[in-house]
Amino acid sequence: MDSETKFVIKGGRVVDPANGIDEITDVYIEDGMIARIGGKKNYQDRTLIDAAGKLVFPGLVDIHVHLREPGREDAETIESGSLAAVRGGVTSVCCMPNTHPPIDNAPMVRFIYDRGSEAYCRVYPIAAISKGLEGKELSEMFDLAIAGAVGFSDDGRPVTSSQLLRNALLYSKMIDLPIMLHEEDLDLSAGRHMHEGHASGLAGMQAVPAVAEAGMIARDIMLASFLDAKVHICHVSAKESVGIIRDAKEKGVKVTAEAAVHHLILTDEDVVKSGFDSNYKMNPPLRAKDDVEVLRAALVDGTIDAIVTDHAPHPPEDKDCEFAVAPFGVVGLETSASLIYDKLVRTGIIDITRMVELMSTMPARLMDISAGTLSQGANADIMIFDPERKWTVDSSKFAGKSRNTPFEGWELTGKPVWTMVDGQIFFDELS
Amino acid sequence: MKEHLLGLDGWSGEEILEVLDHARTFRKVLDRDVKKLPTLKGITVANLFFENSTRTRMSFELAEKRLSADIINFSASTSSLKKGESLRDTVDNIWSMKVDMVVIRHVAVGSSHFIARRCKAVVINAGDGSHEHPTQALLDLYTIRERFESFEGLKVCLVGDALHSRVIRSNVLGLKALGAKITLCAPLTLLPFGVEQWGIDVTCDIEEAIAGANVVNVMRLQLERQTAGYIPSLREYSTYWGIHKGLIDLMDKDHIIMHPGPMNRGVEITQEVADSADSVILPQVTNGVAVRMAVLYLLSPRIGETQ
Repeated sequence: MDSETKFVIKGGRVVDPANGIDEITDVYIEDGMIARIGGKKNYQDRTLIDAAGKLVFPGLVDIHVHLREPGREDAETIESGSLAAVRGGVTSVCCMPNTHPPIDNAPMVRFIYDRGSEAYCRVYPIAAISKGLEGKELSEMFDLAIAGAVGFSDDGRPVTSSQLLRNALLYSKMIDLPIMLHEEDLDLSAGRHMHEGHASGLAGMQAVPAVAEAGMIARDIMLASFLDAKVHICHVSAKESVGIIRDAKEKGVKVTAEAAVHHLILTDEDVVKSGFDSNYKMNPPLRAKDDVEVLRAALVDGTIDAIVTDHAPHPPEDKDCEFAVAPFGVVGLETSASLIYDKLVRTGIIDITRMVELMSTMPARLMDISAGTLSQGANADIMIFDPERKWTVDSSKFAGKSRNTPFEGWELTGKPVWTMVDGQIFFDELS
Repeated sequence: MKEHLLGLDGWSGEEILEVLDHARTFRKVLDRDVKKLPTLKGITVANLFFENSTRTRMSFELAEKRLSADIINFSASTSSLKKGESLRDTVDNIWSMKVDMVVIRHVAVGSSHFIARRCKAVVINAGDGSHEHPTQALLDLYTIRERFESFEGLKVCLVGDALHSRVIRSNVLGLKALGAKITLCAPLTLLPFGVEQWGIDVTCDIEEAIAGANVVNVMRLQLERQTAGYIPSLREYSTYWGIHKGLIDLMDKDHIIMHPGPMNRGVEITQEVADSADSVILPQVTNGVAVRMAVLYLLSPRIGETQ
């Protein structure tokens, strides 16, 4: 019976930045944990996983997803979203609280864990900063933390009130969980649908300027600095934002930041080229080419700590309409690793180690969850990535419930092919 | 010839001139006693006006009637996009009625692109938000050409709310393709981002903009721009950007005055200028029918070829 709980992933290139490992070796798994990496070969009574020619990573950690349950189970459920995750090599997700009702009380946190216990990957709830995500009163942060919330966010909306944010930053210092901020000056952004730039000017589209994001980030970094509190900036998209965060980090402000896959690959020109296809509409919007370049450089210099998907499923009933009417958001869990590998690693912008750092090691540390490493005794959350596998994005084959991807039809090189969570194989396309 | 007319973006000067040449033929027809041609007999055109429009809708309808097309009209003055039937369902229904061509006016940028993706009918954009209004630009170009013949080096001054104006966007694209020298003039708050990269002259000084121009095309100032905070008052706009006789005197001797309508007399243009001998505002309306006839004719699916 040992072979059911004992595995050896044989002969793959194992990349684990947490332990400084990048070598062709074997990974031994026992009882849902990493038993050892390398060492004396012992393949007896173990299930052999042949990873020759493949990359072996700690399972990816996506700290910014929307699983839509409860409330919009037609768009996604915790189960369907977690299946999408493991097919993308993601073994831990942190889900945002803007569900209906929102995750703003302890029973809701327990509900997410309850549903997550039956899911394919690990699911960690992020709780609301403010009750009902209304930006007026603080949520019960101690209660939420004790119930297991891994962070706080009103994502989807900014914390407009400076006073509320000041209190949230102070109060959460007692709990030491990250405050994750969606940065948007609603005065500048209301009723606007794409990035304000050359493309929007030509298109005549009501557009939101980068300063709507960067201005709020500046305010929040100043608050964090003033209060000596930690802030995490969600889905940084504008070059101005990168500059502010970089400066703050240099000055020692406790700020961390994430970037979303689509902001690293697509631009506002793609919105126009698509004929204003709503699958190119998200918030923050796709920025200009120079923003993408600055954002990519920020991955390299460490200004950006983590890559996320901001997986935001919407059913076709909501998305299949004119651009201005469509809701913001795109799905990403099933394409993130391939896109980052094909567009950023294969092109030499970042190396494989940095990819794993940004998509597994660092996000796990930011949220302080047991993931992102292949250390001895760590959870056996592992993904195998085939760097040669060519495939075409076909949303009709997604395991997630929604199809709203801007990458439909893209031909990509490199694909997650095998995913293990807690010692169990949930996805296997190895052969 | 292109498949649809979603905008003048991507249209070459040659393609535009082809439309204008055909429009010239149709324009002559409009002066005949019998103005009807059998050209589009058997072709069904759906006019979908989701936004209020008087002259564009009438102009299209008349152009279609002059060409003997069968017409169905849909008008919905939907103040809210989300109310009522979705654009998708409306279009699916109209397409199911077996129409050949769709003319659409809609508040959303890209609405005509959306329809072109959804159905196989020929789509003509009659205005999508602040994006494009290609037939308006074509009729403006026709009217300019009627007077000046060549666009090369012609000085055209566009005045008004470029931020929200689909007429300006389409005019800039068309005039650039034909080699005109364009100056755009508006207060900074009504200029779109990146306008300095459009390859045209841009200024906020109306005297500088209009000096030596052959054409001034004056845009309507939507009255709600004041309440939205783009300008302090209509009075101030009128004082500093309104076109009056004194400014017309700065133009080249050989000049025309244009306005796509409807006019706010006394706001962006004085009555004296609008009704002056150099005004071609009413010929623009007549030419609009001929230009739309040309567009419909050139884009129409040929019955003989498809059956």
